[in-house]
Amino acid sequence: MSAEVPVPVHPPRASSERAELVAKLTEHAKLVRRETVRLTSIAGAGHYTGTFSAAELLAALYGAQLRYRPEDPRWPDRDRFVLSKGHAAIGLYPLLAHVGFFDPGLLDDYTRLGSLFGDHPDMRKVPGIDFSSGSLGHGLSVSAGFALAARVQGRSYRAYCMLGDGELGEGQNWEAAMAAGQFRLGSLVAIIDRNQLSIDGPTESLMGVEPLVDKFRAFRWDVQRIDGHDLDAILDAFNALAPPGEGAPQLIVADTVKGRGVKRMELDKNWHVGNLTGADYDDVMAEIDAGLPPATVGATHA
Amino acid sequence: MPDEREPGRGGTATQEISEVFRGSAGEKLELKDQRSAKGIAATTIPAFVAGEELADLAETDERIVVLTADLAGAGRTSDFAARHPERFFNVGVAEQNMISIAAGMAATGLLPYAGTFAAYAALLGCEQLRTDCAYPGLPVRILAHHSGMSLGYYGTSHHSLEDLSVTRAIAGLTVVCAADANQLRAILRASQQHEGPIYIRMGRGRDPEVYPNVPSDFAFGGSSRLADGSDLAILTTGSQVRASLDAAELLRADGIGVRVVDLHTISPLDVDAVVAAARDTSAVLTVEEHNITGGLGSAVAETVLESGVATRFRRHGIPDEHVVLGPPAALYAHYQLDAPGIAATARRFLDR
Repeated sequence: MSAEVPVPVHPPRASSERAELVAKLTEHAKLVRRETVRLTSIAGAGHYTGTFSAAELLAALYGAQLRYRPEDPRWPDRDRFVLSKGHAAIGLYPLLAHVGFFDPGLLDDYTRLGSLFGDHPDMRKVPGIDFSSGSLGHGLSVSAGFALAARVQGRSYRAYCMLGDGELGEGQNWEAAMAAGQFRLGSLVAIIDRNQLSIDGPTESLMGVEPLVDKFRAFRWDVQRIDGHDLDAILDAFNALAPPGEGAPQLIVADTVKGRGVKRMELDKNWHVGNLTGADYDDVMAEIDAGLPPATVGATHA
Repeated sequence: MPDEREPGRGGTATQEISEVFRGSAGEKLELKDQRSAKGIAATTIPAFVAGEELADLAETDERIVVLTADLAGAGRTSDFAARHPERFFNVGVAEQNMISIAAGMAATGLLPYAGTFAAYAALLGCEQLRTDCAYPGLPVRILAHHSGMSLGYYGTSHHSLEDLSVTRAIAGLTVVCAADANQLRAILRASQQHEGPIYIRMGRGRDPEVYPNVPSDFAFGGSSRLADGSDLAILTTGSQVRASLDAAELLRADGIGVRVVDLHTISPLDVDAVVAAARDTSAVLTVEEHNITGGLGSAVAETVLESGVATRFRRHGIPDEHVVLGPPAALYAHYQLDAPGIAATARRFLDR
């Protein structure tokens, strides 16, 4: 049995400590969006909108929730994080650099020949990446494997997995969801970035995924549903997770807006992959720096 | 298990084994001749020793975990479950999930052995095998049992006559075929020290004996020369090794000297052994329980052609078709993948 490592508990909403944490995470989320725009310009094309929708979630995970040691990326007791929607890696790399896994300057070679950093993350190349992803539908199974391994090895870490909503069309997710319920993987935490769109359009008109809460509860999961751009709500949801160990697997359905933070991209399927140039690039950077305005298009199910 | 041979080198203990089949164990030869002449299977011994062997290994190797997708009984991983229930996981009928779970476990330092029918491991689970196991170089071991057409009248849905073609195209994946229970034990022991994923192709647990003992010199990437002669080389693997050896004895009675090489590892292939066979004999025949497209025959053809050694060459296996319906033994006879059939194929090939 390895040493117990305390599970993070965040200060309540009202405290000044919480306000400081949220202010820090707000800056991290800006970093995610800004760097996504910058790195996309290096590659010539990138997944803007599905990364923007996950910006607050990624910021909260790496700024407040996950247990890790940047100086020891393979620390056996670290929490695992699997970015099953691997196309959001462009937003994850800058966070990993920011918290100290590697020199941020390495990102200047993003997607160039021989770079460590591709559109989808490679665990053999990037410190801090716990599993390679890119092929949708695999990550929840892999994360279940991490959670089972923790049980076999007597370790207390959690396995976190971020899924896209369109990704739920892959049947393997539901195999994994069944197995997690059956094996009572209480150390498994799935987060669905419910940003409403897949490549060809709105999920509900293309291949509906709702009702997500009912579906996962029927698969024997504990489910919370929150506004995925509200950092306070995200931290509260993390606080409300059951302790790791044997029990119901934990799901956070995070209602988000694909493209959130850059108005022209919000819920516009044409920005799933794109490239900003010239004045558009500068305008978007300024818009991101100004911070999130109140939502203009709603999260439909929050 | 220590590997004393360089990768890609042919077997050393093969001399010992080939002597057995040359006559230093004459009684055995006689028995096998009789069986072959009648076209019946050799004495069967249980080849599904994987669960039992892994349970033994797990006594001293804490990394070992075993998974199945609702085939604990069929693949006898139940033998492992009985002794190490806390390290056994049955994921139900969900092969893709099983392989990805195994990959996650392997990423933490565990050594997962995941068993299911070969058809579902290699075809249904192909992408999980490539993307989650081979691409990150994780030590997942696939126990691909009931391979080839060993499920007989279950039909094409349950046959894996494409799995060698599929798996050997995956970079970083070791592909190995077990000829019998003893070789399977050797494979499993060697797998403890092997980096990267392994696809272990097995039969249906009724494989006739090829190796009287667990080969002590087994190494991935090697091969075993089990008989020698200069008129023909039969290069074979897995389920066809016993039948090929028996065929070689039938041919020897006709004055045709045959080298038989067990190319147990399909990827990486023992290139030296293949080229030596082409160089040292007058003709090369590959024999496999697999579609002749893309499997062992294709691998050997690529190797021989690139070597610059000119030889006569023929692939023997399942023609490019979905096989007819029938019990396994009848199918092997129909497709001439039993000893008399292989011998007849060789005679036609050699015009003798």
